Amino acid sequence: MPAVQIIEKIGRDTRNSLAAMGEFWRFVGRTLLFLFTGWYRWKNIRLVLPQMYEVGFRSVPVIAITGAFIGMVLAIEAYTQFKALGQEHRIGGIISVSVVKQIGPVLAAVMLAGRVGGALTAELGTMNVTEQLDALRVMGADPIRVLVVPRFIACIFLLPILTIYSDMLGVVGGWLVSVKSLGIPEEPYWRAAAVAVDNWQIFEGLVKAMFFGGAIGLISCYKGFTCGAGAQGVGRACTNSFVTSFIAIIVLNFFFAKLAKDWYIAIYGIRGMLG
Amino acid sequence: MPLIELKKVSKSFPPLIVLDELDLSIARGQSLVIIGASGTGKSVLLKHIVGLLRPDAGEVWFDGGRIDTFTDRQFMELRRRFGFLFQMGALFDSLTSGENIAFPIVEHTRKKPAEIARIVAEKLAMVGLPGFEKKMPAQLSGGQRKRIALARAIALDPEVILYDEPTTGLDPIRADVINQLIVKLQRELKVTSITVTHDMASAFKIADRIVMLHEGKIHFDGAPADMQQSPDPIVKQFVSGEAGEAELAGLK
Repeated sequence: MPAVQIIEKIGRDTRNSLAAMGEFWRFVGRTLLFLFTGWYRWKNIRLVLPQMYEVGFRSVPVIAITGAFIGMVLAIEAYTQFKALGQEHRIGGIISVSVVKQIGPVLAAVMLAGRVGGALTAELGTMNVTEQLDALRVMGADPIRVLVVPRFIACIFLLPILTIYSDMLGVVGGWLVSVKSLGIPEEPYWRAAAVAVDNWQIFEGLVKAMFFGGAIGLISCYKGFTCGAGAQGVGRACTNSFVTSFIAIIVLNFFFAKLAKDWYIAIYGIRGMLG
Repeated sequence: MPLIELKKVSKSFPPLIVLDELDLSIARGQSLVIIGASGTGKSVLLKHIVGLLRPDAGEVWFDGGRIDTFTDRQFMELRRRFGFLFQMGALFDSLTSGENIAFPIVEHTRKKPAEIARIVAEKLAMVGLPGFEKKMPAQLSGGQRKRIALARAIALDPEVILYDEPTTGLDPIRADVINQLIVKLQRELKVTSITVTHDMASAFKIADRIVMLHEGKIHFDGAPADMQQSPDPIVKQFVSGEAGEAELAGLK
């Protein structure tokens, strides 16, 4: 390929990527604008409740099962390492803090991106290719207000609640294996957990979950709104939606970890988990 | 003064030029039918009138005001005055027929549920499907879906109804039901109708003016009777529905 064509291609790709990025942030801006202009009116709230049921209630079993088993696996993996140091009675700390700060929120978010994100993209994508979005527009109803805002609200409010479930079941799973199966005494297990996990850690996990929920809601809806024609277009948008949500969760998690750690040290100083 | 006016409207989806400096005026109360081969920009033209698409160049006017420069919010308000019947109906799958028809009423008015239910029943009766409130779109046949979609399009008593290929995909009897319905609504509600179709039987039945699009421009504009007697070869070929040498060349 001649050099001019390569430069042309790079230029075109860059322009298209920037345009797509601009479109996405415009979409985000319009969603947030509607959020602050009257979502609390009944005609809008009536649209949120079914989404809360779909996003929240119906996700509980899968989130709970995943959380519990991850807690159990953590206990099995950590036990041998802690036992080698003669510190196995402190295992509750590492399990609880891992679950509450990182694994609980991230896993709940990934499960939500898979279970709900894909469904949101498929639903809105199908509405797009069957002209239902245009039908909303010609009826003078903004599809972002009617379709995106309720799903966005459901995701940002319910992912933290699902994270609490995931955290609780993760801690219970870890306890079950550590105390009931591996024979670690109850009292030191919980004491180590209480030292490692304070309100900050729980708060950090929940705030993070809220942002993950927002990212999943926005990305899934945007991918549905902009999907290509036909069944293939919808299918591709669903895959795209999950992959993008997953990357967003992982990247956001890194920045949150860094930010939260800096603030924590600034407020409380460095505190050891094994205290 | 025309109710709707398109002045030198151009629209392209590169590399395709769909509308090429097109001029069109539509009077209040008229039943205009737009015909033309597939891909000649009939639906694109329709979407320009309600702002679902914006022209690359040219102007769109409605009721004495220029609308192609409207913001999305301004269009949202304006669209209450339009009803739009989509090709496949575009009913919301997750809502019942009754909820579909009630949707624009709930969105734009503060009517009580009993009043909304009364309007829904009235519109259903108007399209010949009384008692269909609880039916889901998936339970309906193609013709019924279009009639429910039509009931939804007239829910707010619009001044203009736009029909995008209303008879496509229907058998001749069902297609005629839709044609009769369009004529009935035109007569009873005194609306302005703009219908996009390539079904000539339907066009002759519902139109009091027919416009034919060809290569981005208006190729014919006149009464249905004039079209039937037009000596223009392109018009004659379209009316008779016979493929010419050029269309058949690819088969040889």
